[in-house]
Amino acid sequence: MSEPVSALSGSAFCGLVRVEDCGLKGMITLRGDLSAAAVKKAATGVTGGKMPSPLTIASGKTGSIAWMSPDEALVMCDYADAGAAVGTMTTALGTTHSLVVDVSDARAQFRVTGPAAREVMAKLCPVDFAPGSFEPGQFRRTRMAQIAAAVWMEDENTFCVICFRSVAEYAFTLLKTAAASGSAVDVF
Amino acid sequence: MLILHCPYCGVDADETELSPGGEAHLKRFGPGSSDEDFQDYLFARENPRGVHFERWRHAAGCGKWFHAARSTDTLEVFGTYSAQTTEPPKEICDRISGKRPGWTWRLFG
Repeated sequence: MSEPVSALSGSAFCGLVRVEDCGLKGMITLRGDLSAAAVKKAATGVTGGKMPSPLTIASGKTGSIAWMSPDEALVMCDYADAGAAVGTMTTALGTTHSLVVDVSDARAQFRVTGPAAREVMAKLCPVDFAPGSFEPGQFRRTRMAQIAAAVWMEDENTFCVICFRSVAEYAFTLLKTAAASGSAVDVF
Repeated sequence: MLILHCPYCGVDADETELSPGGEAHLKRFGPGSSDEDFQDYLFARENPRGVHFERWRHAAGCGKWFHAARSTDTLEVFGTYSAQTTEPPKEICDRISGKRPGWTWRLFG
């Protein structure tokens, strides 16, 4: 059996901020009517938290749920637990119209840490990342240069970024370029 | 640069986060229709200077299709609305009438 590895095997870069590959993460796409009781229960059963309201991410004891679109949520948990969680969710959903797929190996996740994190992200995304406009708890799917990405803040100085694994190298290069030493704009 | 409000996720999305979907409210003419209707359905499009209705997709965001009413000469956006409709909502038409009295677009106006 081959050993699973993340797209960039934990690579890291230090410049204006620290950019690192987060390693393997469990991610499960859940599609369905997010207001349906069975759908909510299936998702929160994995994370031990609440369902997120639109454009937010809700953390629980064993994972978090991100609001992706009016009929899609991303359930995040430990990589090792994702397979079992898909089974549990599928069983819990029963005949409810829904879709549950383990996408852990189709994604890459990065962490951007440092006081200039807002600025580095703002260079890449058409999103207002100013304090007050984007805060921890909010979740935003957007574009990072030429690729789709989803971002949220773990705390005031930390961004998490998810993208497709196939473009992980591009995403990492982008983040490194935006975080190059001496490229501070000091806009925030 | 256009900024359109996505009626599904509520984000004010930059043009670069969206994919254009062409003209709105096309009526499909398929099998059984006349050659002329089918040709118009495929190729005939409005090309207005001023009020225009378009389809857009929030491609890098929530992924949903929606409609937008905007002006092609000033880029002013009159409003965005659900994709699940065959004509612009009255409130959007009223808003356009307030700003561009006498406007027409295909059968609307």
